[in-house]
Amino acid sequence: MSIIENHTTNGQAFSEAPKLQARNVDVFYGDKQAIYDVSFDIGANEVIALIGPSGCGKSTFLRCLNRMNDTIDICRIEGDILLDEENIYDPKVDVVPLRARVGMVFQKPNPFPKSIYDNIAYGPRIHGLAQSRVELDEIVERSLQRAGLWNEVKDRLHSPGTGLSGGQQQRLCIARTIAVDPEVILMDEPCSALDPIATAKIEELIDELRENYTIAIVTHSMQQAARVSQRTAYFHMGQLIEVNPTDQVFTTPEHSLTEAYITGRFG
Amino acid sequence: MNYSSLLIAIVILFGGAYLLGRNRARALASAGGSLHSLPTHYGALMALWTGLPAVLLLLLWSILQGPVVDALLVKQLPAAIQQGTDIEIQLALSKVHNLAQGAGLAADASLQPAVEHLLALEQRNRVLHMGGALVIALLGLGLSWRRLRPSLRARTEVERIVSVLLFTSSGIAVLTTFGILASVLYEAWAFFQKVNVFEFLFGTTWSPQVALREDQSGSSGSFGAVPLFTGTLLISLIAMSIAVPVGLMSAIYLSEYATPTVRKYAKPALEVLAGIPTVVYGFFAVLTVAPMVRDIGVSMGLDVSSESALAAGLVMGIMIIPFVSSLSDDVINAVPQSLRDGSYGLGATRSETVRQVIIPAALPGIVGAVMLAVSRAIGETMIVAMAAGLAANLTANPLDSVTTVTVQIVTLLVGDQEFDSPKTLAAFALGLVLFLVTLTLNFIALKVVQKYREQYD
Ligand SMILES: Nc1ncnc2c1ncn2[C@@H]1O[C@H](COP(=O)(O)OP(=O)(O)OP(=O)(O)O)[C@@H](O)[C@H]1O
Ligand SMILES: [Mg+2]
Repeated sequence: MSIIENHTTNGQAFSEAPKLQARNVDVFYGDKQAIYDVSFDIGANEVIALIGPSGCGKSTFLRCLNRMNDTIDICRIEGDILLDEENIYDPKVDVVPLRARVGMVFQKPNPFPKSIYDNIAYGPRIHGLAQSRVELDEIVERSLQRAGLWNEVKDRLHSPGTGLSGGQQQRLCIARTIAVDPEVILMDEPCSALDPIATAKIEELIDELRENYTIAIVTHSMQQAARVSQRTAYFHMGQLIEVNPTDQVFTTPEHSLTEAYITGRFG
Repeated sequence: MNYSSLLIAIVILFGGAYLLGRNRARALASAGGSLHSLPTHYGALMALWTGLPAVLLLLLWSILQGPVVDALLVKQLPAAIQQGTDIEIQLALSKVHNLAQGAGLAADASLQPAVEHLLALEQRNRVLHMGGALVIALLGLGLSWRRLRPSLRARTEVERIVSVLLFTSSGIAVLTTFGILASVLYEAWAFFQKVNVFEFLFGTTWSPQVALREDQSGSSGSFGAVPLFTGTLLISLIAMSIAVPVGLMSAIYLSEYATPTVRKYAKPALEVLAGIPTVVYGFFAVLTVAPMVRDIGVSMGLDVSSESALAAGLVMGIMIIPFVSSLSDDVINAVPQSLRDGSYGLGATRSETVRQVIIPAALPGIVGAVMLAVSRAIGETMIVAMAAGLAANLTANPLDSVTTVTVQIVTLLVGDQEFDSPKTLAAFALGLVLFLVTLTLNFIALKVVQKYREQYD
């Protein structure tokens, strides 16, 4: 299979109240192109699921949204990505506040080798969000509560974060991201290392977080996409094939490739 | 028949037993028996049964034959000597050995029976010894041949023998350490019979000169080792204050900041430092650094001796940099990329990530690297001997010349020495102190590493 010539994304790629806008984004690793001319919007306070076969560029695209790809030497990006109408790839933009506004949760829980408290306090400290110890305590408690972890860890805030279970660690990482008060949260397969119960907790959490945040989540589980997202974007070999409301994607997909994927014919 | 042909014979038997066992097992298998293990396991088992007992016998025999032969010889000595002191008996015995080899000068008739007895003994000894080994090897071969049947659990037995062999090898390393400790302890004990422990550990004057002849006037030597300890400490401190920051920072640069190309060339270049012989560092210290230190000191109006702790410490620090940097670089690289991603994803800068995430995660390894470097610094001899001088000054001034424990051990043992004078024995006491200090350092390093392991695993 190869790239579709003269492709335009099917469905409702654009949003009335966009938070993030991608316009003609190409991504290259060295000479190899990983993303081809992707344009679509992520609306404010919506959860959008990015799905597609392995290697189609979901992670690559997600990492463009907070410029995490800057840490990869050979990675090059063309096109524009606007956050609140402002191009994040503008040379004047500083990535430090950008990443505070667009936080990221990774596939494997990656708590720092610090106490639970210090894991949460890490972001607020480096961004100077708390003026006093009391304020910092408040941020930590609030973040843990929003991540649904407070009751489980409130008695052992000062024991190491790495001592928690996998599901707890992932919620700790979500709490850590929330603690810097981002506007957008990017999640790259956040449940792939977790059991069904921990997964259910995180999905519940995502649903609650939607009130305050815009969320883009990469997932390999269609059930998960169906449960948590309002819109779904289907990627295929670096191209964005279709974006539509989630129910529609899973009942009446517009593009034959999307249909082939959700009916399990490949991927 | 001599030793080498015996060894060749055993090796041939060993290989033959392997082939024999393997082929027999294959034959059994093709004759319809279902083997418990692979044919090679049967071969290996037979080979081990053939080779091991024979080699063990040879080893034991060569360890034990000396004392046994001597015990038998004593009976043949003239009665007068047998009644004498141990030393006289020893003397007579070594005369007998010399005569037997045809090396004795004046033939002593009274020793002749003993000499003849020894020659006869040696003849018999050789036959028994080598014949015994061969017989045992053949016996092992035969026995294992008879035991060989399809149901024999050859794999299990081979595994067990191999694990015993491995255990023995590690045992040898441990026992050697204990042997070294014991011999050092023994000599140090002899030293402390002559010199008070407290005087040694807390005395502040080091001047190990002992009168050479009874009638010579002069001191009986003074063995206060404190100046050596402080000298070692001072030089190690100077060295570490160079090596730890420079080594750590270059490790951080190499692993976090350098581009792959820079890293590819810079890392080996740094490691070359570790391959330079310490004598060369010594030259560098004496010819380049020491004069430089002195000139700079003099231009600042300071009084600097031409052999200074500072010069030696600086050069030693440079020598140790690769120990710190290379090991730290490895442990920093081993910190999972996901931790870096997590930190960058929260908007941390590179230096924040390094300081607050990477260093804490790599700390156990870094502590280990530093401890290793400290032991290197304490044990280093050549640079100090060449650049720091021999004067046992009790001083904290890095511009003075000082001396270290290792340097003194060398000076005490160089040249012709009586082995029971306090001067020589003092070297072993110093060695004991050195050994205990490095042991403690390693112990502490292990504890630190363990503590962090528990916390972060
Ligand atoms: N660091 C990198 N260097 C070079 N090529 C890369 C790198 N990361 C990803 N790629 C390539 O880019 C393409 C897209 O990879 P990406 O990780 O975005 O896929 P994905 O959709 O997230 O897959 P998965 O579902 O397996 O996580 C792949 O062909 C991959 O080989
Ligand atoms: Mg991925």
